Amino acid sequence: MMLTDLLIETYSAVTMNKARSGLTMLGIVIGIASVIAMISIGQGAQQSISNSIQSIGSNLVIIVPGAQKPGQFSSGRGSAQSLKMGDADAIQKEISGVQAVSPESSKRYQVTAKGKNTNTTVVGAGAAYTTVHNLEIEEGNFFTDTQVKSQAKVAILGPTTRNDLFGAGASVVGQTVRINKINFKIIGVAKSKGGSGFANPDDQIYVPVSVQIHFLSGSEYLSSISVQAQSQDQLVPVQNGITALLMQRHNIKNPDLSDFTAVNQADIVAAASSVTGIFTLLLAAIASISLLVGGIGIMNMMLTTVTERTREIGLRKAIGATRSDISFQFLAEAILLTFTGGGIGVLLGIGIATVVSSAFGIPTTVAMSSILLAFGVSSGIGIVFGYYPAQRAAKLNPIEALRYE
Amino acid sequence: MIELRNITKTYESDEMKTPVLKGITFTIKDGDFVAIMGPSGSGKSTLMHILGALDSASTGQYLLDGKNISDFTEDQLSDIRREKIGFVFQAFNLLPRATVLRNVMLPLIYAETPVKEREKIAGRALLSTGMPEDRWNHHSNQISGGQMQRVAIARALVNNPSLILADEPTGNLDSKTGNIVLGTFQRLNKEEGRTIILITHELDVAEHADRILHLKDGLIVKDSLHHTKRIIKMNDYDAD
Ligand SMILES: Nc1ncnc2c1ncn2[C@@H]1O[C@H](COP(=O)(O)OP(=O)(O)O)[C@@H](O)[C@H]1O
Ligand SMILES: [Mg+2]
Repeated sequence: MMLTDLLIETYSAVTMNKARSGLTMLGIVIGIASVIAMISIGQGAQQSISNSIQSIGSNLVIIVPGAQKPGQFSSGRGSAQSLKMGDADAIQKEISGVQAVSPESSKRYQVTAKGKNTNTTVVGAGAAYTTVHNLEIEEGNFFTDTQVKSQAKVAILGPTTRNDLFGAGASVVGQTVRINKINFKIIGVAKSKGGSGFANPDDQIYVPVSVQIHFLSGSEYLSSISVQAQSQDQLVPVQNGITALLMQRHNIKNPDLSDFTAVNQADIVAAASSVTGIFTLLLAAIASISLLVGGIGIMNMMLTTVTERTREIGLRKAIGATRSDISFQFLAEAILLTFTGGGIGVLLGIGIATVVSSAFGIPTTVAMSSILLAFGVSSGIGIVFGYYPAQRAAKLNPIEALRYE
Repeated sequence: MIELRNITKTYESDEMKTPVLKGITFTIKDGDFVAIMGPSGSGKSTLMHILGALDSASTGQYLLDGKNISDFTEDQLSDIRREKIGFVFQAFNLLPRATVLRNVMLPLIYAETPVKEREKIAGRALLSTGMPEDRWNHHSNQISGGQMQRVAIARALVNNPSLILADEPTGNLDSKTGNIVLGTFQRLNKEEGRTIILITHELDVAEHADRILHLKDGLIVKDSLHHTKRIIKMNDYDAD
């Protein structure tokens, strides 16, 4: 039997009962579409998490107070008090491979300006903050080292904070903002980093860390120290150097009992993507179940078809069809159904992913690999679930098949 | 040339043995028109299945054109059917939603005949059965019973088989359309020299052949050679 004949016979058999073929195909369409959509959403989430981790800076080692207890959720982290300005200075002086160090002390305050008020995060930062966190300034300047040392009461507003207090796009450099009843002179406005929700980097005010410590919070403890390594390669040596240095400064012998945690950005990205990777896998696994159900639907339909067409099979054998002619014909029917279903499913899946990303703001990425995988899997399902019915057809005894009523 | 030597067939199922053919021996020469006649249950269809390479005998030898096909494998038997045998069934067995032409061309798919030649071959076969050309593109369930059987005969002809086997081909037809079918066989035999084996339980159908093999209880009880008693003049029916 020639390939073109096989295709023509297959096409005409599948289109013979369009409603049934369509409904059976629907099972595969839904299965493939949900796998594609789930993988796209999962990978999109993975991408957006790693993007937002990258957006806080590059080649960072972040030191936070509190112990790191492996395999255990440390509730005390962040609230513990162990990092001081001296630690930040020591890192800057003693660790090689360090590009910049930014000691940070954040706290929320009531902020007022021109009669309007808002409650927002005030970040006490070093002059290196802009370098370390890729913060760009839209208007005016960030404060300098000198201003940090002299404890100048100057502030840089995030764009959202500026909009809330002065109105969108207002020119505010030179004006005054009141933070916790102390007047600060506005010397700059940060560029938008994009983002929303609870930890919005655009809704912040930056003041010199020395001012935060001495005039606002009244506490000498830092909430974190961000250290930028000179290069990706320096990340781990810098992290290890900092850990050793701070343990020595804090008089800690046993690393398990340390009162701070130093993590590098690469590890954070890896940890986050392993979590989202598992999440993606889980979504795909759930979606695969519908694909399996679709495959069983194909098998069910093919078995029905073989039974219904018993006489036809008998006739084809009588006029000279071999076993393999018959089995290829039924296998091809199953594959045509699953392959077409897979194609429609890919389109539908991309559609769902697009709708989800525009409706819920979840970014999605449709990978070429998952499309190819979907086609491979759907044809594979055709072969697996079409094999048994095709064998059954091929093994029919022509005499009994012709006698079948 | 067909040679059967002491063919037996016993159906075996769950320790039940049903001997159906009990030692059949005969020879049919190329170009013969032979009827195999016998009462219902005498083993006619069983014999036809063996003659048509649809089934194998339990014992004995079947030589088709000099080849002993008694112990061929299933796929080898498929090849024999495709190359040497054309079947006509009582129930026609046409594909209902395919056109007349496509039904007739079906065996050519398995013979891997070049696509360009198929329509010509099928057309020639349909013409030789007297199937009117304006019906070739009708679906095969939109034509009369007599026409269906002519389509089935045309389908049996396209592979140019050395043997045409017809099992009760007129069983589902009224006597007028039955005669048309029998006349078609006579013409294929006389004019084209086809070997035809016609299976029937009715004497007046069998009498359209040149020779009648009488089958009873799995044995050939009488082999009567005679000049055809009934000749159908196809002109009488051309209006069909
Ligand atoms: N597959 C089978 N299994 C068992 N017995 C069968 C089978 N096919 C036919 N028979 C028996 O063989 C006998 C002859 O059947 P058949 O050849 O069809 O006769 P005919 O065509 O002359 O009416 C019948 O008694 C029938 O019941
Ligand atoms: Mg019979």
